[in-house]
Amino acid sequence: MGDKTDVWQGTLALMILKTLESMGPLHGYGIARRIEQTSGDLLALNYGTLYPALLRLEQEGAISSEWGFSENNRKAKFYSLTRAGHRLLSTEARSWEQTTAILSRFLTSSEES
Amino acid sequence: MNRLRRLLFRIIGIVPKQTQEQDFTSELESHLQLHTEDNLRSGMAPREARRQAILRLGGIEHAKQAHREGRTIPFLETLVQDVRYSLRQLRRSPGFTLTAILMLALGIGASVAIFAFVDAALLKPLPYANPSRLADVAEHGAAFHRSNLSYLDYVDWKRLNKVFSSLDAYTGSGYLLKTPSGVASVPAARVSDGFFRTLGVHPILGRDFYSGEDQPNAAATVMLTYGAWQRRFGGRKDIIGQIVTLSGTPTTIIGVLPEDFQFAPRGNAELWTTLHEINSCEKRRSCHNLYAIGRLKDAVSLETAQTEMAAIAKQLEIQFPGSNRDQGAHIGSLSELIVGTIRPILLVLLTGACLLFLIACVNVASLLLVRSESRRREFAVRGALGASRARLLRQFITEGLVLVSVGMLSGLAVGAVAVRFMLSLISKDMLSSMPYLNHLSISTHVLGFTFVITLLAAAVFSLTPILHLPKASMREALNEGDRGSVGTLWRRMGANLVVVELTIAVVLLVAAGLLGKSFYRLLHVDLAFDPSNLATVIVELPEQTYNKSDPIKEVTQKITDRVAAMPGVTSVGTTSELPATYNGNTNWIRIVGHPFHGEHNEINSRQISSGFFNTIRASLIRGRFITDQDDSTHTRVSVINKAFADKYFPGEDPIGKKYGDGDLKPDSLREIVGIVDNIRESSLEEDIWPAEYTPANQESDSEFILVVRTANDDKSLLPALSAIVHQIDPGIGTTQEQTMLQHINNSQTAYLHRSAAWLVGGFAVLAFLLGVIGLYGVIAYSVSQRTREIGVRMALGAARASVYQLILKEAGCLTAIGIVAGIVCSIVSATCLRKLLFGVRTWDLGTLVTVVILLGLAALLASFIPARRAASINPVEALRAE
Repeated sequence: MGDKTDVWQGTLALMILKTLESMGPLHGYGIARRIEQTSGDLLALNYGTLYPALLRLEQEGAISSEWGFSENNRKAKFYSLTRAGHRLLSTEARSWEQTTAILSRFLTSSEES
Repeated sequence: MNRLRRLLFRIIGIVPKQTQEQDFTSELESHLQLHTEDNLRSGMAPREARRQAILRLGGIEHAKQAHREGRTIPFLETLVQDVRYSLRQLRRSPGFTLTAILMLALGIGASVAIFAFVDAALLKPLPYANPSRLADVAEHGAAFHRSNLSYLDYVDWKRLNKVFSSLDAYTGSGYLLKTPSGVASVPAARVSDGFFRTLGVHPILGRDFYSGEDQPNAAATVMLTYGAWQRRFGGRKDIIGQIVTLSGTPTTIIGVLPEDFQFAPRGNAELWTTLHEINSCEKRRSCHNLYAIGRLKDAVSLETAQTEMAAIAKQLEIQFPGSNRDQGAHIGSLSELIVGTIRPILLVLLTGACLLFLIACVNVASLLLVRSESRRREFAVRGALGASRARLLRQFITEGLVLVSVGMLSGLAVGAVAVRFMLSLISKDMLSSMPYLNHLSISTHVLGFTFVITLLAAAVFSLTPILHLPKASMREALNEGDRGSVGTLWRRMGANLVVVELTIAVVLLVAAGLLGKSFYRLLHVDLAFDPSNLATVIVELPEQTYNKSDPIKEVTQKITDRVAAMPGVTSVGTTSELPATYNGNTNWIRIVGHPFHGEHNEINSRQISSGFFNTIRASLIRGRFITDQDDSTHTRVSVINKAFADKYFPGEDPIGKKYGDGDLKPDSLREIVGIVDNIRESSLEEDIWPAEYTPANQESDSEFILVVRTANDDKSLLPALSAIVHQIDPGIGTTQEQTMLQHINNSQTAYLHRSAAWLVGGFAVLAFLLGVIGLYGVIAYSVSQRTREIGVRMALGAARASVYQLILKEAGCLTAIGIVAGIVCSIVSATCLRKLLFGVRTWDLGTLVTVVILLGLAALLASFIPARRAASINPVEALRAE
């Protein structure tokens, strides 16, 4: 796990929301795998940290959970995006894009000088 | 919004739920299974697959803990844990818990109950508009600090003063109300037109008196109190404008006063009429029958008002030297008039209750101390297992708070019950003179007070064990044998607490002793008559039928004869005022042949029948009593009391001497025919005044009090007495049927002294018990700690007697310090009691000695039991046990 980046708490929430938006209802393990895959296995997630993040999002009303069955018929808890979650995702995504845009402009300009 | 939502979830999460925990456990399990299956698919061995899954999770317990913290707020959660732990601890030692809670409940309950009275009487403002601006306006006579106002003086005062925006008079009265079932005698008050406007009280139904409605030409109108409206007129709305017959006068009902209306100086009045019908007294400037209330103008102080009214009184004195000599003005605050007498008693009771509360706190604190002592090992173990000092302190504080909270709740319950009980002990008559107690309740003030004292207790209970918590080495505490140093610390602290307890107990016992003795003295004050087996009733003759002296004399004679013929009745008399009531209803006299400079020689004046003295068994000193021959056809005579003779005829024989009014008008002259002993006319605690007893047959009045001596039970005679009077004429009103002993025992003076003595006595008994138990606890603990030492001493040859001595010396020392400190404190505090004492000095030696002996003996007993145990220690066993 040495050279893989640690996941920063705030961005983890954003990744979860985005994952649920694109994949639809998914269980915790599925979300974790999906995030790793999307990051091209650059990201090593400590799966234990995923659950407090899910809990937090659920407490804030961005996601809801429900027990169901996985594709290979295992009982699992499925998370899905609520309406408030959709809103949260779009505002968070926009502010993230802004931040990265500013930051990248800043970094490129400082490289030039 | 979302933050708030999250906070809410987390607060709810404080209450631990098994389901949430299980839910997450199964979620984790399903996560691990899914991951393990994936790992298996990628070719791992089954055990390795699961191991890797757990590894990636970062440990199952770790994940659970992170999730748990997210569910709740950790600080609050540990608090809940602490509370649960404390409750468990308290349940585990029910003896300690019950004792502690009982003591706290008693202490808090007593304080809360007394405070509820203090709140109702002293803190709540009177239910008038801006009550602090209301003044009590009265005259100030040579003999009276505060005396009635004469009508003509009142009219002049009202006209001349510039300090009151309004000044209105009131006086007590009573009417015979004609009802379908007969005549009812109803207490009432007569007031000037603006009385209710001055108070700022508005009728809830109908109207207030118009201005001018108190003038002689105005029509008769009456306002009802809410209670009278409900009870006597069924609360009917159409009562306004109806006409009722009050003592024969058709009177229009114009209004109903609000339910919370109260006016303590005329607390029992149900009907409120105006002064429009000026009576004979109100036509004379020298006759005083009113009081007044005034509303101070803005920026005018009571002192300014006093100065101005005194100046006006002085002016009238110059103008009317005969009637107004030495008649000054008395201006005080209305609230002082209403609650002034009860204030010192309530404050003393509140102090007593708070002392009891303090002693209960001290006792519980010392219990906690003993407990923390025996729990040293438990805390040492917890410390060794990694609990921080702060965490242990928190545990102590939580325990203290839990204890106090339970104590507070049960204390409030005890207080509420005690308030009910105490109110039920107050007689209806008494309550009518203290109407502010009618709406007594556990108010926000009371709750605030409870909260504050509870907080104090909580602080004490949290601090006591903290001072005692092992500071440095847990190891020493873990070491079973180490006890000596700890025992010493406890003994020192515990001993100090016991001294405090004993001191408080002494103070309360002395106070109770002094109050009890005062009460005893009060009830055994020399009456100079025999109050037992006397039945009394006030008789009111309707003035329409009995308006001349002949019919009055006739019906009085008829009543007296009929009552005398009742079985068991031995003699009957009448008087104008019941003895043991008050100094008042006075005359100003001048002795014929004595120098006179217009001074007001004030004496009590009573009109009695010939049978009166014999009925109450008063003793004649010289001359003769009044006889039936002393009527309007014979010389006007009087019997004077001993005080009269001593004051106005020093070294002279008063028999045959004459006196009259200030001008010695011929029709005012009386000849003294006898001297009677100093019958107590005043209330029990007042001084004996000179008094004259004149024949009712020479000065008949339509209202008198029938006094009947019976050989049988006086109480059972009362209903028959009224019945006989009504047989003679159903139009005659009868009120206040009571026995003489009831009259004396229920008088306000006796009542206040009794309640003070009983309540402080109750507090003192509890304090005494708690103090002695506290002493026993300290000594018993000390003995248990010193078992080994005593064993060694005895093994070395100490006699049992010297063991007794050892223990008793320790106890004796504590008791002596406590008692001495208590005596010093109580001599100081008794000066605060002075107002409540009667016939007892503040440093009454008998009381002090009794308290010392009582407490000393109790302390001896409390320490003898543990001493005996110490002396019976078997040295061999004691040494082996350690």
